[in-house]
Amino acid sequence: MKATGLHRAAALLPMIPLSGCTGIQSALDPKGPAASELAWLIWFFTGLCSLIWLAVMIVLIWGLSKRRGDRAEPLDIDEAGDRKATRVVTGAVAATVLMMIVLSLLSYFSNRTIAAIGGQNPVTIKLTGHQWWWEVRYESDQPRRTLTTANEIHIPAGEPVRVVLSSTDVIHSFWVPALHGKKDLIPGFDNELTLKADKPGVYRGQCAEFCGAQHAHMALMVVAEPREAFDGWYNAQLSNARQPETDEQRAGHDLFMNRPCIMCHKIQGTKAAANTGPDLTHLAGRQTIAAGTLHMSRGNLAAWIADPQSVKPGARMPTMNLSGDELNAVVAYLEHLK
Amino acid sequence: MMRKPASLAIGLALAVLGGCQREERETRPEPVLGESQQAVPVTALEPGGNRPQFSNPKAAQFEGNAYHISQGKTLFSAFNCNGCHSNGGGGMGPALMDEKWLYGNSIESIHASIRDGRPNGMPTFGRLIPDDQLWELAAYVKSMGGNVPSAAAPGRNDDMMARPAENRMPNAATQGRTP
Repeated sequence: MKATGLHRAAALLPMIPLSGCTGIQSALDPKGPAASELAWLIWFFTGLCSLIWLAVMIVLIWGLSKRRGDRAEPLDIDEAGDRKATRVVTGAVAATVLMMIVLSLLSYFSNRTIAAIGGQNPVTIKLTGHQWWWEVRYESDQPRRTLTTANEIHIPAGEPVRVVLSSTDVIHSFWVPALHGKKDLIPGFDNELTLKADKPGVYRGQCAEFCGAQHAHMALMVVAEPREAFDGWYNAQLSNARQPETDEQRAGHDLFMNRPCIMCHKIQGTKAAANTGPDLTHLAGRQTIAAGTLHMSRGNLAAWIADPQSVKPGARMPTMNLSGDELNAVVAYLEHLK
Repeated sequence: MMRKPASLAIGLALAVLGGCQREERETRPEPVLGESQQAVPVTALEPGGNRPQFSNPKAAQFEGNAYHISQGKTLFSAFNCNGCHSNGGGGMGPALMDEKWLYGNSIESIHASIRDGRPNGMPTFGRLIPDDQLWELAAYVKSMGGNVPSAAAPGRNDDMMARPAENRMPNAATQGRTP
């Protein structure tokens, strides 16, 4: 009884990593053309290399178990055997070269397919990496339709979106496994890729290049939605921040404008106009705070403002000396910025 | 016979490992003080005059700390100190990389200048910048004239430099000469 239970557990053990193959952040669960191409490549490479490994292992075991026949004069040259060995080794080398050429060509054509994804006048997003958050800027010919937000990208599903990548401090890397491969954000240099999501959904991305203490807490969400929903979101984001309505929110607004918050953050429609930290104009409409570190909720917002350094040690957000009432007021105001 | 050199080498390696710990990064003030618990600003308005000095433990903690000085450097440009002080070369405001200090070159005095402001243009930042960040800025401003150990001063920028990196600056007062 016990043995079978153990056997069953042992049989299930290799299945555990398989649970990582799906979800909102998996390259093996592709949701866009570029990711599909990459997923196919991953499976093909893994399959072919497994077969080669298996073949090598079989030959190795055969070689180890085969006994050398007794020969009268070990130093005599066995010409027939040498010729055979030469043929086998030449064949193996030729097969290796062929495999490498095939894999290189496959990878080359996959890259071409991914580079060819594009379209006429796509939505263009300028994505700037900061330690440790993402600045998102939607470009437009009309300056009044240019939009700045942070840590959350909305894209129209089924349409190609051009993403221009750069950085202000160190090298970061943009990676949304379900939609595309990795691409670096480099200070002083613009990289580009084209995101395309086949279906509406939420896909999680993550910085994929070690960029400092809080590299692990530098995530972003990509929200793909139908064109009408995207346009609605875009127009709502363009509007100024909501005015405070209750007394508590008004107190929070005044605190925000007279305390350290105003030194780094921007709330469009108020006098807070700094761009050192994330734009907070529609903060409460986002799914997460602190670049995917916490879910958006009143409690998390209060925890983050009260003591950011215990949530994300080393982050640029300093500890403010707010009293309990002041903290509540600021949170009430920020929570109102939908 | 081989025992002795081997144990010597291991001992040496362990001793060298101790050098890996350069400094602790203190990212949050400990304890978190309310504003009422912080030193009260006192102004003495004459330049060069002796100002009442608080012996604040933070002065020693921030001065010469590489992490805090580099944070101060980030804040210096983020808060647009460059707007008046132009990378330390001075413009509308006085130069910060030379040997002239209107109010003395102690970190306490620089901290007080940023916190409380100074006559003829320096604004008050005391309510807008948390105290630790004020100390970081002060530590960086002090480093601009080569006033800190070069091991703690920031290295060169990744982008275009308007001036030599802080850790390559000779001390402005001595111009690199031994007094």
